[in-house]
Amino acid sequence: MTAFTDRDLDILRRLAGRMIPASAEYGVPGADDEAIFADIVRTLAPAAGTLSPLPARLADAEPDAADPALRPILTAVMLCYYRDDRVLVSLGVEPRPPFPKGFEVEEGDWSLLDPVRARPRLWRDAGRM
Amino acid sequence: MSDTVDVLIIGAGASGAAAAWSLAETRMRIVCLEQGDWPRSDRYASTTRDWEARRMGEFAYSPNTRRAAADYPVNDDDSPIKIANYNAVGGATVLFTAHFPRFHPSDFRVRSLDGVADDWPIDYQTLEPFYAENDRMMGVSGLAGDPAYPPKTCVLPPLALGRSGETLARGFNALGWHWWPSDNATASRDYEGRARCINLGNCGGGCAQGAKASTDITYWPAAVRAGVEVRTGCRVSEIRCSDAGRATGAVYFDADGVERFQAAEVVILAANGVGTPRLLLNSVSRAFPDGLANSSGLVGRNLMFHPCAVITGVFDAPQDGQRGPDNWLWSHEFYETDPARGFVRGYILEANRGAGPAQSALAGLSSGQVTLGADHHASLRRVFDHTVGLVAITEDLPEEHNRVTLDPVLTDAHGVPAPKITYRISDNSRRMLDHAVARAGEALRAAGAHTVRDVTPLATGGWHLMGTARMGNDPARSVVNAWGRSHDVKNLFIIDGSVFVTSAGVNPTCTIQALALYVADQIKARLASLFD
Ligand SMILES: Cc1cc2nc3c(=O)[nH]c(=O)nc-3n(C[C@H](O)[C@H](O)[C@H](O)COP(=O)(O)OP(=O)(O)OC[C@H]3O[C@@H](n4cnc5c(N)ncnc54)[C@H](O)[C@@H]3O)c2cc1C
Repeated sequence: MTAFTDRDLDILRRLAGRMIPASAEYGVPGADDEAIFADIVRTLAPAAGTLSPLPARLADAEPDAADPALRPILTAVMLCYYRDDRVLVSLGVEPRPPFPKGFEVEEGDWSLLDPVRARPRLWRDAGRM
Repeated sequence: MSDTVDVLIIGAGASGAAAAWSLAETRMRIVCLEQGDWPRSDRYASTTRDWEARRMGEFAYSPNTRRAAADYPVNDDDSPIKIANYNAVGGATVLFTAHFPRFHPSDFRVRSLDGVADDWPIDYQTLEPFYAENDRMMGVSGLAGDPAYPPKTCVLPPLALGRSGETLARGFNALGWHWWPSDNATASRDYEGRARCINLGNCGGGCAQGAKASTDITYWPAAVRAGVEVRTGCRVSEIRCSDAGRATGAVYFDADGVERFQAAEVVILAANGVGTPRLLLNSVSRAFPDGLANSSGLVGRNLMFHPCAVITGVFDAPQDGQRGPDNWLWSHEFYETDPARGFVRGYILEANRGAGPAQSALAGLSSGQVTLGADHHASLRRVFDHTVGLVAITEDLPEEHNRVTLDPVLTDAHGVPAPKITYRISDNSRRMLDHAVARAGEALRAAGAHTVRDVTPLATGGWHLMGTARMGNDPARSVVNAWGRSHDVKNLFIIDGSVFVTSAGVNPTCTIQALALYVADQIKARLASLFD
């Protein structure tokens, strides 16, 4: 299996960091953070054969989300960034899988249905075959 | 194994499961051949931290993305709507979001009422007892009294409205439009050994809680207890036929790849609206040179999908995010035909949850609501947990040029030709989609959305597969009769979405299953003269 070269990794890391930079305001690392970047590289490894060598322009240009060539990298960056504990906690999300604890959803105000209950029927009579 | 079974069912999805369970009481020897395996709920997407990534990989809706051993490739390059399915015991119900609306009575009479397509040879009243039986078997949550439907009872209380539901309800109420909690085959309370929904979200990645009624945990355990044999990892390649025009059984590759023949007195096809025509077209014999049961030339034709639009609103106030069942509220305001709208027939709007953080980022990047760079964090926080959507499911009218054929080149792992899809969205559907996007936008804005975006048509939304072996009384204009038996082959039945005459404007599965129960009931009632 083809692996990323050191040059690819350097370009990729700078690209990831520009896609999602660290933020002091939200207290979150960037996507070039060591642990997050390692996850991104692991995720993209099976595609290294088709992605390597990464074009040099990616190292410094502003990443464009609409660029089809960036799609696999963009997807991996988002999937890996948004499963990092620090990032999830800053979003108010408990860092855990949904199962088995699940989540609470409020029952809601069923009196909102009152005007609909008062409506005449909407369905049409179709007769019998 | 080559001994003859009484009934051979091909496909263990929504319809195959229902028919197997119903027929089991006859004590006939029933075998179901299924190319997939029993699903493992402890491995569903929501059991692991990387659930969002797994939903795009092993639980992707497209078999061409999943490429699992159980999958067959589908050439859908010539269709703006791509096939979504799942191949396992439970079929696509393993991934379905369990939205469970019945057809309206008018859906069976579109020619008589609206002058388009054809009437069904059966009506709502014919299916009513089977809808009710299916609701009990699947454990459907809902609320009686919906003015969009004839009176019906509900098995379990409705799913919680939640913040997102309240938001949508306020929007619909402001406009004076219909809405109601959906019928949903997700248990709102513990039911028949299934634990109640705990709002994992991710219904489309399999329900680890077992609250969602995929048929591997509803019909199949009951059918297997009653003596039905499910043979997994068995891919059927063709149905054999005698010169006298009777189905003799099916050729299949077993889990070890060994080619076998299973003889049967009765063959029931339940491989879905794409898998079933594929098998019929691949079953060529002296008696049926154009494919089995295809004297009408309609096998594979009239493919219907329900072109969909997803319309999302972003709100200042936090919503439920991805927490909770995906679809839990509907509006039938624009369901019945109104000529003033510029199209015939209609559509439902179904409520659609928000997404997890990574999916919110990816969707936001596509729509331009989320940016890369310094503003990424603020832009993501504006949409994440602040988004609620509506999905418009529009009625797709049958057109013969929309069809499933056999691909001349592409095959599955066993060399069986893959299905090829040729499909165009009709002008009527386009007008309906435009109307739905505009109306859904109004509803979301009335609910307080500050930004509304849509994805139209939803390319990944080919999850409703219908019409490719239609039902009817005229053998020249239909493939099966009014009770699912092939006009041409008197011991061959079809029970999946292929038999739909028209698609209605609602999700199809409760009607597919009600039909499967109805056909099974007809088989039981007519056993003495089944092949006359
Ligand atoms: C992501 C997703 C979401 C959905 N959401 C909803 C929803 O909310 N509401 C709704 O009503 N519907 C929904 N659907 C559609 C619903 O799942 C289908 O309508 C329903 O499962 C169809 O039932 P069926 O029996 O016709 O076929 P399926 O359930 O597709 O079962 C067919 C079975 O046949 C097997 N098979 C096919 N060919 C062969 C062969 N050659 N040999 C052996 N086995 C074979 C397949 O492996 C499969 O298990 C959704 C579908 C998807 C994919």
